[in-house]
Amino acid sequence: MTQANGWIGTILRINLTEGSIKKEPLNMQDAHDYVGARGLGTKYYCNEVDPKVDPLSPENKLIFMTGPLTGTAACSAGRYEVVSKAPLTGIIGAANSGGHFGPELKYAGYDGIIFEGKANHPVYLHINDDQVELLDANELWGQGVHETTEALEAKHGKVRVSCIGTPGERCMLFAAIMNDKNRAAGRGGMGAVMGSKNLKAIAVRGTGGVTVARPEGFMNEVTKARTMLKEHPVTGNGLGTFGTEILVNIVNEVGGLPLRNGRDGSYWEQADDTSGERLNETHLVKNQGCFGCSIACGRVTKIEGKGNLDGFGEGPEYEAGWSYGAACGVNDISSIVKANFICNEQGMDPITLGSTVACAMELYEMGAIPEEDIGFPLRFGDAAAMVKLTQMCADGEGFGKTIGLGSYRLAEKYGHPELSMSVKKQEMPAYDGRAIQGIGLEYATSNRGGCHVRGYMISPEVLGIPVKLDPQVTEGKGAMLKTFQDLTALCDSTGMCLFTTFGIGLPEIAGQYREAVGSDETDEEILLKGERIWNLEKRFNMEAGVEKDTLPPRLLREALPSGPAKGKVNELQTMLADYYEARNWTADGIPTPEKLAELNVTY
Amino acid sequence: MAKQLVVDPKKCVSCRTCELVCSFKHNEEFNPRLSNVSVFHYEDAAITVPIMCMQCDEASCAAICPTGALRRNAQGVIEHDANKCIVCKMCVSACPLGNISYSPAKRMIHKCDLCGGEAWCAKYCPTGAISLVDPDEVPDKKQLAADKLKAAVEEVRA
Repeated sequence: MTQANGWIGTILRINLTEGSIKKEPLNMQDAHDYVGARGLGTKYYCNEVDPKVDPLSPENKLIFMTGPLTGTAACSAGRYEVVSKAPLTGIIGAANSGGHFGPELKYAGYDGIIFEGKANHPVYLHINDDQVELLDANELWGQGVHETTEALEAKHGKVRVSCIGTPGERCMLFAAIMNDKNRAAGRGGMGAVMGSKNLKAIAVRGTGGVTVARPEGFMNEVTKARTMLKEHPVTGNGLGTFGTEILVNIVNEVGGLPLRNGRDGSYWEQADDTSGERLNETHLVKNQGCFGCSIACGRVTKIEGKGNLDGFGEGPEYEAGWSYGAACGVNDISSIVKANFICNEQGMDPITLGSTVACAMELYEMGAIPEEDIGFPLRFGDAAAMVKLTQMCADGEGFGKTIGLGSYRLAEKYGHPELSMSVKKQEMPAYDGRAIQGIGLEYATSNRGGCHVRGYMISPEVLGIPVKLDPQVTEGKGAMLKTFQDLTALCDSTGMCLFTTFGIGLPEIAGQYREAVGSDETDEEILLKGERIWNLEKRFNMEAGVEKDTLPPRLLREALPSGPAKGKVNELQTMLADYYEARNWTADGIPTPEKLAELNVTY
Repeated sequence: MAKQLVVDPKKCVSCRTCELVCSFKHNEEFNPRLSNVSVFHYEDAAITVPIMCMQCDEASCAAICPTGALRRNAQGVIEHDANKCIVCKMCVSACPLGNISYSPAKRMIHKCDLCGGEAWCAKYCPTGAISLVDPDEVPDKKQLAADKLKAAVEEVRA
């Protein structure tokens, strides 16, 4: 039975060691304090798991959590979050995904699922409304994401599937959890945690619904926000027409597109070869939206007449287009699309994978990786070698296994950890922190390691949303980032897509949230929940043993050789001081007891 | 004259907003299974088709209804009167398009009523894949074919 507040009110607790399935009431106090999805999943996780846990051990837990807006008509509110300790980084991992899986889970009658322990043989969870069962997955083990999804659809009818490919089974450190075939809870290795539990998939069918506290007020807020999205050039036209790849030329124009592992700066003459405009001309079949989404940035793409590159699938997103494009110095768009297909079909994070290949290319070119280790030459710009290595990584073969360690462990193995373009062992995405100062600060302080979606400073620094900041100055970046991080934590936790924040802001997010859950809190009180989530994540990371907030030495010391930001490095220390002050933390970046008390974070 | 829903699958991005708002308008619940519009996605073809009641001129559902629960109103919409309905489900069998549904959960028959003229599926469709138009304004396929022919002739001339 649903509650009239956006929530169903029920959590599934699955102990894989015992094979037990329990339904328990949702903790409504925590749901109030931590919103849902990312925040609530993290709160459950922190309540229940030792921060020192080995991420791939049975003692770790894996939490799937929706938000109060998931499955409603709120803007782009089709998302769910996967929370666990991330094997790639050793700190909190929270990865969210769109598609249709999250809403279906709620329609089946569950706000979230907590997986505990480890099954003694491969299993999958089948949910058909009230009926919940763990079934044998021996026949699915060894299959890719698309095959697994199709097999479960053939067996159970109209189910929505979230699953792992073979890299996840092998606990590869950046294996993703994939739903609806091509949507990814991508970063940090949530797929490896799933694989470590012998859990191949979740197949869910739900016939129930979701209700809200104040129906009329809710639809008023939804209508207002959806109209704003439609009228905004980014959400109403740009992202739907060209996808996130529209950013290639825009970011390159500010000289912020990291080239060849960042070795050759961040301005690329050939950028347009890999742009969203080019993707439209060459491989786009159609744009497509996730559940309830008016933005519809998804790319359905096809490669034809290119021999062994041929294929059909989705993407790439801008970050994957960069990791396989500029980062590897590859300007053949078909090879970029293909490498991304392989990541989707097998469930791997293309940001980490492409960046790791780029790192290996630099190490190879400087002679640090001998050719016999790889088995073939691996120079920047070699599209065929890049695609081959991606497939080898998917299959766990040869040097592909080493790529599967991620760039930090790979670079360390070959004696050059400083050449891993990562923060806290997770690769930074497609924006150079030397050309765009605030995004560098964002990477350094992100609670899940190198990541762009924890406080997307590209929005103000490049796109001018909500105000235009000069990308090359440091002033004001700390305070702006703090606000972005808190707002993002809030947005993620409602079940809405972060991309809505190009067109709407706090009043619209808070407005939809308030009417759904039946709250009379002010916008500021609701934003404070985002800050609470951020501080809880930080506290967990400190207990888990997080590395200090910094950037790869390349960004701090190697000045950009060319482009509009020529001569620049990232001025991290200045911005860090401002940021910690804005957060009301100590000068060393530690949340103060007063701040934690104010936010009521008791961890 | 009744307005008519027109579907353009080329514009549909598969987001199912129509299912959400339809179910909410009629049930105050977001539940695609209670929606009177259904979205069918053909993955391999990358085509998505929303489908709903067309308010047939020769409406089988109304013809077969034994209690008069399905009747055409002054706006030309076949309305369902739950008070008269005995939930025999004959209408579900009779509709050749499958556009009248029975909900096992709610034990009720449901069908499109154009939201009293507002047609939320069209109102909230982000791309215009569903629109509510006067029959006179429905794009004339003959006109479209003529437009194409004209363009071809122009090309040959050039």
